[in-house]
Amino acid sequence: MARTAIPFGPQHPVFPEPVHLKLELEDETVVGVTPVIGYMHRGIEKAAELKTFRQNVFLIERICGICSFMHSLAYCQGVEALTDVEAPPRARFLRVFWSELSRSHSHLLTLGLLADAMGFESLFMQCWRAREIVLDISEMTAGHRIIQSTCSVGGVRRDINSEMAKEVDARLRALQEMLDRSISPVFLHDYTINRRTEGKGIVPKEQAELLGAVGPTARGSGVTVDIRQTGYAAYSDLSIDPVVETAGDSYARTKVRVRELSRSVELVREVLAMMPAGEILVAVSNYPEGETVSRVEQPRGEEIMYLKGNSTNYLERVRVRTPTFANIPALLGMLPGCELADVPIITLSIDPCIGCTER
Amino acid sequence: MDILTRSRTKSPWLLHYSCGSCNGCDIEILAALTPLYDVERFGIVNMGNPKHADVLLVTGPANWRNYRVLRNIYDQMPEPKLVVVVGVCGSTGGVFDKCPNTLGGIDTVIPVDVYIPGCAARPEAIIDGVVLALGKLEAYGT
Repeated sequence: MARTAIPFGPQHPVFPEPVHLKLELEDETVVGVTPVIGYMHRGIEKAAELKTFRQNVFLIERICGICSFMHSLAYCQGVEALTDVEAPPRARFLRVFWSELSRSHSHLLTLGLLADAMGFESLFMQCWRAREIVLDISEMTAGHRIIQSTCSVGGVRRDINSEMAKEVDARLRALQEMLDRSISPVFLHDYTINRRTEGKGIVPKEQAELLGAVGPTARGSGVTVDIRQTGYAAYSDLSIDPVVETAGDSYARTKVRVRELSRSVELVREVLAMMPAGEILVAVSNYPEGETVSRVEQPRGEEIMYLKGNSTNYLERVRVRTPTFANIPALLGMLPGCELADVPIITLSIDPCIGCTER
Repeated sequence: MDILTRSRTKSPWLLHYSCGSCNGCDIEILAALTPLYDVERFGIVNMGNPKHADVLLVTGPANWRNYRVLRNIYDQMPEPKLVVVVGVCGSTGGVFDKCPNTLGGIDTVIPVDVYIPGCAARPEAIIDGVVLALGKLEAYGT
């Protein structure tokens, strides 16, 4: 059987971003895959060395517009460690608030895109309709729909008053109802979704560990890993049970996201209820010195940020390891053996974020 | 208005390409297509194929790797065609101005008709920009 090479991307209808996979096919079956990356590389790590450590917050949160708050959170936590500053308790809770909002909007987004990729148009629209509730909350509390821009070195820049909290709570209840009624049951029990995703793109537990998969990709294969359990920000005061599935296929990863989504919405409401009063921002008077590694759990998995300061206004090195970068080896393990028609769904099941990966 | 111009402006088909953006504008373009904003009621459809598209929506700054892809897509689109840049970084380089791998705005690579400001641009602004572009498409036909 002669082999066919199919270029998948960089401009492809399924993906909002330029992903390029060189697929090698035998008949309809994928036998080899080579990723070609760099289409979105901007050089943010280098640019972060040219801006002051306070200006960097605005650059770092634009690594990716979907998990923008978590990027700035990882960065601010790192700089706080280097400058010996501790964010006040209320700021730590507010950070969890926006983190979990980002997680819920990211999961709704990717679930919608997955539904779109399999041609389930109405479910795509339902997911994105529910997502607008989260974006409205984000706009109300932070002033912007997607780039919250509220995290700052030493705390957060915006506070939530009690009226706002009440309104947020009411809207989240509406969202929860929508999820329970028209989104979660479809993803968990629908025949079409089951048939399109079950048994597709399997990564066994050992392989997921070996390839260093993170986030829902690892948890879908039965690896119990969730960086929120390390208790950064205010997660130490909240109960975090990693959502784990054992099948390791696209269906398991989807189920992990659906269940995490409900938990995220609950977490936001818990945070609102138990938020302590007090200040939200402390002054940072010294320059960052030394080196540190800051880790946060993004919607797609663990992000590692390495920062090195030299007692000046500029950082010497900013290195970002984003979750999709860690999940690409796992993706390359999933694709061989699948049908060409399943490639978009398997690729979307790791929730690729190329903007993050290539920075 | 002749029938060709009328049908073009009645139902423009979009092609979306993300150059080096942060995804913020890309997801706002998608949000404009979904129930709350729903541009499909104006006949605007998101297309995957450059050969079917009338309007090219570009986000993010051009860089050394993707400018060939961008020009290739632009060349594949049939005339008359319009280019709408979404977001500040696609218009001028924006926050990625000093990044070593970027070339600056999209207009360094292909001609641009409409610039939509915002970081990220709001769906209302995107719809506004596309409607502005349609005016140009109409003028093109006459």
